[in-house]
Amino acid sequence: MAMSMVEALRDAMDVKLAEDPGVVIFGEDVGYFGGVFRCTAGLQEKYGEQRVFDTPINESAIVGMAIGMATHGMRPCVEMQFADYMYPAYDQITQEAARMRFRSNGQFTCPMVIRMPTGGGIFGGQTHSQSPEALFTHVAGLKTVIPSTPYDAKGLLIAAIEDPDPVIFLEPKRLYNGPFNGDHQAKSVSWSQHPDGEVPPDHYTVPLGKAAIRCSGNEVTVLAYGTMVYVAQAAAEESGVDAEIIDLRTLLPLDLDTVQQSVEKTGRCVVVHEATKTSGFGAELIAEVQEACFWHLKAPIQRITGWDAPYPHAAEWDYFPGPKRLGAALVKAMKY
Amino acid sequence: MKKNAPALTFPKPPARPNESPDFSSVDVGVAGELGVPPIDIVAADCRPYANGLIRVLNDEGHAVGPWADFIDDVDLEFLTQGLRDMMTIRTLDQRMLNAQRQGKTSFYVQCTGEEAIGCAFQRQLQPGDMNFPTYRQQSLLIAAGYSMELLMGQLYSNELDPMQGRQLPVMHSSRKDGFFSISGNLGTQYIQAVGWAMANALTDDGKITAGWIGDGATASNDFHSALLCASVYQPPIVLNIVNNQWAISTYTGVASGKSRTYAARARGYGIPSLRVDGNDYLAVCAVSRWALTRVRQGYGPVAIEWFTYRTAPHSTSDDPSAYRPRDEAKAWPLGDPIDRLKQHLIVNEAWSEERHVQTQAQLLDEITTTQKAVEAHGTLVDNKPLSPALMFNEVFAEMPEHLRRQRQESGF
Ligand SMILES: Cc1ncc(C[n+]2csc(CCOP(=O)(O)OP(=O)(O)O)c2C)c(N)n1
Ligand SMILES: [Mg+2]
Repeated sequence: MAMSMVEALRDAMDVKLAEDPGVVIFGEDVGYFGGVFRCTAGLQEKYGEQRVFDTPINESAIVGMAIGMATHGMRPCVEMQFADYMYPAYDQITQEAARMRFRSNGQFTCPMVIRMPTGGGIFGGQTHSQSPEALFTHVAGLKTVIPSTPYDAKGLLIAAIEDPDPVIFLEPKRLYNGPFNGDHQAKSVSWSQHPDGEVPPDHYTVPLGKAAIRCSGNEVTVLAYGTMVYVAQAAAEESGVDAEIIDLRTLLPLDLDTVQQSVEKTGRCVVVHEATKTSGFGAELIAEVQEACFWHLKAPIQRITGWDAPYPHAAEWDYFPGPKRLGAALVKAMKY
Repeated sequence: MKKNAPALTFPKPPARPNESPDFSSVDVGVAGELGVPPIDIVAADCRPYANGLIRVLNDEGHAVGPWADFIDDVDLEFLTQGLRDMMTIRTLDQRMLNAQRQGKTSFYVQCTGEEAIGCAFQRQLQPGDMNFPTYRQQSLLIAAGYSMELLMGQLYSNELDPMQGRQLPVMHSSRKDGFFSISGNLGTQYIQAVGWAMANALTDDGKITAGWIGDGATASNDFHSALLCASVYQPPIVLNIVNNQWAISTYTGVASGKSRTYAARARGYGIPSLRVDGNDYLAVCAVSRWALTRVRQGYGPVAIEWFTYRTAPHSTSDDPSAYRPRDEAKAWPLGDPIDRLKQHLIVNEAWSEERHVQTQAQLLDEITTTQKAVEAHGTLVDNKPLSPALMFNEVFAEMPEHLRRQRQESGF
């Protein structure tokens, strides 16, 4: 069935709500209305408000309640309306959910998912555009997932809900309704025209901790996730560099094997993300790659990211790391 | 009644789409019924004001009761200006909504139905006082006489924008007009307002502060922090709560729970609190004056719940017909603030239908002229972009080396 990423996410929740009475969905505007991005549309009507409900506008309350339910044995899957609004919940996420298993030696655990739309490209300004993945991967005890296709979105979300530990599930909002390669002037493409918009209707999982090779190549390995997967494809096409594009899918735990095999083959690596540069997840990737593949590297690892400024409104497309900047990095990597 | 087992409640609005609007459970009291409390009232004695509803204009458009007497020096000329303020922001909202639909700007938020609150409150403030508004209080800027060019420049992110295109449209900031920089993150400004008010007292600057928050955002931690710290330190602040019944698609009952009113919730923190008809320009004027006088004279903080209705969609990204009856705004028992003040002025022979129509046309003309002039500096359709290099400025007072390098790398 052709599905948008929104529909695929909804379908994952639908499958789990039907299968497991312990699964509950809640967040701001997710109940009656079905979420500001419509990810939960129709679920309250189908499963009732005991299972799918609206909350007060208090993110730490949402995560705190989820922790109470998860430690009790339920499997909450909650939504932060935008990743930019998770900060009030950061205490509950990083100091509580992340460490519950450790501090109680497994007596209390947090099998729960916190979904949040992330990334820019929608003229949202500084509070609707952020990519906070590094703020989660830096915390011991959290898994962090970010799909780039409807197929993966459904399979990863089901896997996340079934996972015994807390999972941060980042949803690249610019990909909700179609793949986006960074060319904001081009006509938007819908998922129904894309092979990865094809989503099986039933239960399936995409395992956490496994990357996917989106296109194989021999000259440079590009490590990307979320929206940047498509930006990388466009950059490779435009620059003519024979790039192998790896979609990490799960940032933590990281699929280092796939990364290492690729970099050992190509000898070059370019890392890309939309988040700010300094102390971003790219820094972690570069450290891992140089440690694992140092003797295979023919060029310094390149890094393309958002600038170290808050996401601007008007200059959005000058901030967004588009195919031109990434293409130049690919070419630069080839010059060594 | 004893139940068999505990069960959860999920608050519901009185009506959903395709149902008839139903405000039968909203008790609007009677205009003129509630008195003016002593200026040094304590929270314990505020029960009737926190649970009731202060109203001045009755259904016939007459100003009645003790609160009308409290502002009997307010003349018809002042009220005519108030009407003009409200008509200005409503016209501007309409023009900017259209501009957004034409793709000239990315986003807009209207305050339709809530104009009286900001317009009347602002005219009771003094220069140097500071508002900590939300995105729905542009009416404060209008009544403060803020430049329409700058206001629209911000909406178009063009060279007239005082924030140089950094912020989403409607996220204004004007220190000299007493309008604190707007955040997208709900609630944060409320506790900052308390801090600013503490600074008013600590530096003895003779100014006071006004915090603003929506009913939905009263659920945030920062709302409770603000009430607590205002209660503890007694800084000179008016804590405004704009209860417009909705938070995007979420009914106000999801924020209030079983509490009777938001004013009552503030009163629970030991802060004297009042609940006021926010669609009644005279009531807003009277209670604002009372509260600001009290605060200025050092009797401590006040909380005010402005009871109103969000007639407009949440924003240009929202379609409320998906979650509430289409004609709900028309059924709001407290009417429309412009219609009600207009009626009052007509009853007092200070206004007429003809003058109203004339004024409307004149405002539309003025605003459209300004709009054309501002649009000449660029819109999203006819883009005359600011230098992208500006995004590297004002991250720090002095640009650190790593940012300088990034700016160079960017080539801007
Ligand atoms: C911390 C945070 N969470 C969620 C949001 C998303 N959001 C923006 S406005 C809004 C509703 C606010 O409702 P209310 O406080 O009643 O103000 P109103 O829009 O009615 O004026 C929500 C949930 C946000 N901006 N910040
Ligand atoms: Mg509201």
